[in-house]
Amino acid sequence: MSAHLTILPVLVPAFAGALLLLLAARSIAPRRAVGLTATALQLVASFVLAMRADEVGPLVYALGDWPAPFGIVLVADRLAAMLLVALGIVALGALVYARAGWDTHGRYFHAFFQFQLMGLAGAFLTGDLFNLFVFFEVLLIASYCLLLHGLGAPRLRAAVHYVVLNLVGSALFLVGATLLYAVTGTLNIADLAVRVAQLGPSEHALAKAAGLLLLVVFGLKAALFPLYLWLPGTYAAASAPVAALFAIMTKVGVYSIVRVFGIVFGADAGPLAHLASPWLTPLAIATMAVGVLGALASHRLAEMVAWLTLSSVGTMLVAFAAGNAESLSGGLYYMLHSTFMVAALFLLAEIVGANRGPSGDRLQPAPPLSRGALLGTLFLLGGASIVGLPPFSGFIGKIMILRGTAGTDAAPWIWAAILLVGFLTLVGMARAGTILFWQTAQGEPAAAAGMTLGTLGPALGLVSLGVVMAAFAAPIKAYTDAAAAEIVDNQRYVEAVLAPMGGRQARTVRPLPSVNDR
Amino acid sequence: MSLELLLASAIGLLVACGIYLCLRGRTFPVALGITLLSYAVNLFIFVSGRLAPGMPPFVATNAGAHADPLPQALVLTAIVIGFGMTGFLMELAVRARDETGTDHVDGEEPRKD
Repeated sequence: MSAHLTILPVLVPAFAGALLLLLAARSIAPRRAVGLTATALQLVASFVLAMRADEVGPLVYALGDWPAPFGIVLVADRLAAMLLVALGIVALGALVYARAGWDTHGRYFHAFFQFQLMGLAGAFLTGDLFNLFVFFEVLLIASYCLLLHGLGAPRLRAAVHYVVLNLVGSALFLVGATLLYAVTGTLNIADLAVRVAQLGPSEHALAKAAGLLLLVVFGLKAALFPLYLWLPGTYAAASAPVAALFAIMTKVGVYSIVRVFGIVFGADAGPLAHLASPWLTPLAIATMAVGVLGALASHRLAEMVAWLTLSSVGTMLVAFAAGNAESLSGGLYYMLHSTFMVAALFLLAEIVGANRGPSGDRLQPAPPLSRGALLGTLFLLGGASIVGLPPFSGFIGKIMILRGTAGTDAAPWIWAAILLVGFLTLVGMARAGTILFWQTAQGEPAAAAGMTLGTLGPALGLVSLGVVMAAFAAPIKAYTDAAAAEIVDNQRYVEAVLAPMGGRQARTVRPLPSVNDR
Repeated sequence: MSLELLLASAIGLLVACGIYLCLRGRTFPVALGITLLSYAVNLFIFVSGRLAPGMPPFVATNAGAHADPLPQALVLTAIVIGFGMTGFLMELAVRARDETGTDHVDGEEPRKD
């Protein structure tokens, strides 16, 4: 069983999703039971995997027992396992929340939810570039359907844009991946890391083009400036549990940037080392700025949270662009924190909106909320955490990023951007909180709606993770430090994956001569 | 006229037409543009293993020159996924037209002023 542990986070949702398709005609109760059980199982498997990856290093699972680089492998190193745990937590929160009513709007909600989890888990685990594309498509097609869940014209409009953009993105992904294959003769990420370092000078331009094409694709998924335009509309249009789950979907793009530009085009890539950094730093700073300006200009709370997702993506990419172990570790910690907080705020935005009568979550004065103190406290906790006020997790994450980037050339820009964006986020959150909870209009409070343990529980759970992450910052930081060290020095990853074929010296088959040999 | 030139210009033409159609304002041309783009990408994947006319597709025991079988497997995957996605896009476009009453990608007719 333990030998197959690595593939469990993919297999469990795959089987559960198929089962849920069969159950689609039945009543909602068995579907909820299957969905919740599968999600909980996936979380447990991910957690065990994270512990194992910490003990024995990267776990490699050769599908069909074909050794890498010939077969496809799944690799669970600390980075992948950590994100799997985050995925499980957010998914569980979103699914419990969806039980309050969203999952009854369509028969296939639970099935799509599981397929989305399968795609996300596969994307985190895979050690093969083309397989990453396949899992991207799996998670995208499920996300299209989840985004459309509940229908209505605004959602359809957002979906058309989102689908078309992602189809173009997929085409670019294929061009980038196969261009890299044409130059190196392999698609396995570990093998790519070895081959890219050995390329001849005349092949550098092609490899560089392939790498930067992949950066465009991953930047589109991560909503990097200037490819962010799809995100605010899409996330704000989605139903709350779906938006909460989408909070981790942008992280797939960020993760792919870390994986490909950390392992393949990392410090050991010779002349192609740190390929993305000169582009990534200014673009990430621009993303932060655009995100926070959008948040300040938003008219709705959900829209504001969507823009804040953007500025948090910028913050973590600034850390990853710096490329040293300390800033990477800070970025990873911040990534966990921001995923939980953004998911929590999406759930809260809908609860608050439901309790403000016809005003919804629009930022305009409305009659006072019933149980405003409770919702206000939750909002305050989540808001303070995402702004980065001490003693919450956002503060610790930002401190780690600031320390990690201190020695880099772009440090003045990065520091100024992070501190200024933090301040502007504070202004935005304070404005939203003041309007929503204090600046009340005359009138009877709207009837309390949807304030059950099933909706408040997940929101409270996710918000309190900000406190938990701060309280247990030391062990989490130890883990992210180790994960970052594994990325910066790709030796262990490469050795683990290529071990059956003789490690770094593995001779992989290359059927036709390279460009050089002609 | 080499085979390389022919394929390269075919890919270029398909991409150019695909991009032009993707930038149109109605959903149907956009779907056609996506389809042309995916054709171009499929051809591109195919040639990433180099063109090897008349070569055996697998490694023979007396290993000589042979065609690269991997891109052929990749292109098959890409075709299947592309086909499914195009089908979904068409369904979505029809649905959006029913719901919003227009086939414009923004879900509303552009204002004339």
